[in-house]
Amino acid sequence: MPELDHKSLRVMRPSHGLISLQLLRLWEYRELLFFLAWRDLKVRYKQTVLGVAWAILQPLATMLVFSIFFGRLAKIPSAGVPYPIFVYCALVPWQMFSFVLTESGNSLLHNQYMLTKIYFPRLVVPIAPVLTALVDFAVAFTMLVGMMVYYGVVPKATVLLLPFFLALALLTALAVGVWLAALTAEYRDVRHTIPFLTQFWMYVTPIVYPSSLVPEKWRILYGLNPMAGVVEGFRWALLGTPPTPLAALFPSLLLVLLLLFSGLIYFRRLESTFADVI
Amino acid sequence: MNDLAIRAVGLGKRYRIGAQVSYKAMRDTIMEAVKAPLRATAGWMRGHKSTKPAVEASQLWALRDVAFEIKQGQAVGIIGRNGSGKSTLLKVLAQVTEPTEGYAEIRGRVGSLLEVGVGFHPELTGRENIYLNGAILGMRKAEIDRNFDEIVAFAEVEKFLDTPVKHYSSGMYVRLGFAVAAHLETEILFVDEVLSVGDVAFQEKCLGRMKHAASGGRTVLFVSHNLLAIQALCQHALWLDQGRVVAEGRPAAVISSYLQHVRTTTTEIVYEGPAEAPGNDVVRLRRASVQPLSQDSLGSITVRTPLLIEFEVWNLRAGIRFNCGFNLYNEYGIHVFSTGTVDFDSYPEGLIRLSCEIPGDLLNTGVHRIEFFVMLSETEIPLVCTDLLTFEVADSLILRGGYFGEWPGAMRPKISWTTKVLREPVPKPVILGG
Repeated sequence: MPELDHKSLRVMRPSHGLISLQLLRLWEYRELLFFLAWRDLKVRYKQTVLGVAWAILQPLATMLVFSIFFGRLAKIPSAGVPYPIFVYCALVPWQMFSFVLTESGNSLLHNQYMLTKIYFPRLVVPIAPVLTALVDFAVAFTMLVGMMVYYGVVPKATVLLLPFFLALALLTALAVGVWLAALTAEYRDVRHTIPFLTQFWMYVTPIVYPSSLVPEKWRILYGLNPMAGVVEGFRWALLGTPPTPLAALFPSLLLVLLLLFSGLIYFRRLESTFADVI
Repeated sequence: MNDLAIRAVGLGKRYRIGAQVSYKAMRDTIMEAVKAPLRATAGWMRGHKSTKPAVEASQLWALRDVAFEIKQGQAVGIIGRNGSGKSTLLKVLAQVTEPTEGYAEIRGRVGSLLEVGVGFHPELTGRENIYLNGAILGMRKAEIDRNFDEIVAFAEVEKFLDTPVKHYSSGMYVRLGFAVAAHLETEILFVDEVLSVGDVAFQEKCLGRMKHAASGGRTVLFVSHNLLAIQALCQHALWLDQGRVVAEGRPAAVISSYLQHVRTTTTEIVYEGPAEAPGNDVVRLRRASVQPLSQDSLGSITVRTPLLIEFEVWNLRAGIRFNCGFNLYNEYGIHVFSTGTVDFDSYPEGLIRLSCEIPGDLLNTGVHRIEFFVMLSETEIPLVCTDLLTFEVADSLILRGGYFGEWPGAMRPKISWTTKVLREPVPKPVILGG
């Protein structure tokens, strides 16, 4: 008979007041996190012809279309680098961000069956898409490296700051995703706002255009968009395009952390009701 | 330190049904907040207090005031009708949902099997789903690796491990799901009705596995309608009805009360006077009864119990010769047997009692119905009372040799077998030459 200690005593009671984030519990269930991400990746590529190549095709195709219509026809300036790489460099983190936001937001609904049958810390569900997105990002990034070679862009030491921008993008996506996930479980129509949200967000992020297009007086407000910082940061770190975005980053980072923290609390508050309302 | 594994105190779970059963839309919530001040103003202008929304959501207490203690290593069965709160209780204890009031304490890791194949994805292969399902149930990858071969062997899906699960038959699907969960190594196990899936052979396997878990010192909470399995596996039983614990105690006693309460049986019927009694101017039935004839203090009828069948008949015409008897039907409508007096005796006017004894170890389980008849001759049957008495024959663990599954057949007579080894060599097969 295994020995039971005080630590393994759990109490089930109605929760109210301050609720812990249970981050340690999340760590205990890290294997489940990996398995859920693994599952989503496997399922995506089962019975497909192109398999993993799809992770490259999406940003590539988008880049081509944007290059033709925005770069060539609309002649949008591209901060001194060829337009295709200008836009692709932004698309790689953007598509990762938009993927995490959409998948996290819908995660509770997609996994609703599991939620009503078994216990695990529910935060695992909206976090799992982050891992999947990292895989997609890695694949799209190799393509980006290829493009840099093609255009003869030599990266400077600023490349080392890339992980920071990556982390900011993921944190933002997760923050919004967790909020959306909790809201969607409770209010079914929130789910329909997600495509609009991502569309709108894309336009206010300097993907197809450089942020220099934005008039001076709006620059600060514009800079509050964390993804603006991420995209400009990516371009700056890899391609060396101006402007160096460091000043605007701190308020947006603060904003993201606030959003993430509040989202986690809201999620945890509602967690006990998920199995009942979903 | 006490040796309790699970303790529940005043557990209650309330669901709101009705007005809020449809999904909430944020749009509605916002509209309500906008309308409310307007409604309040309108009401105030009319001289009323602020009004509540027109439709009141009604409440359902799926669990109310549930309290019990379960010791470590105990196997506890939970029985009750559908909708009595059994599954909700397991869900609360498994932390899938939160109680509305009260609390429960659990000491030890919990493995819960509330449904087979949780998390299975149809596109993934059997092998992949084993890992996925195991991870969802809380097993570490190392644990799954360790038990992998056993799981596959238990589920009998060796040949199909690398086929997507969407191609599995429902039987294979269920076997695989159960096989993974059956290898949970937690101290506490919650099992909810999963043993009612699969074919008879598989159910046998599952029950065997449950027995292994229960006797291995693990605490098992077992919700099932298979009352026989509960009786065999559990030392303690809880009967839930409408969310409350109605009875608790040794399984045999709790199950007996439950059966008596649930199945409407008519084991005795009495007519006060000839006016209401069925019959005609020749004979009328006054009383019929079926009683167990055994020392079983619980007064229940099992396959082993001999039964006393009694009929009391008013004979209204002296000197009439008649036979009476009954047909016995089982719950499948099969006519099990007929029996009765055969001599066409003549009786004086008055009340006649005719009784007989059905020996034990004859009938099979299930609800049986008695159809009583009186015959004046082979062609004249003046009185027939269909479905006069109904009684339920419960199963008994004795003479089953540890077999828990269904034992079909219209009857279940106890028949002795003798075996003898004959000292004769096995003939070699003859090879036909060309």
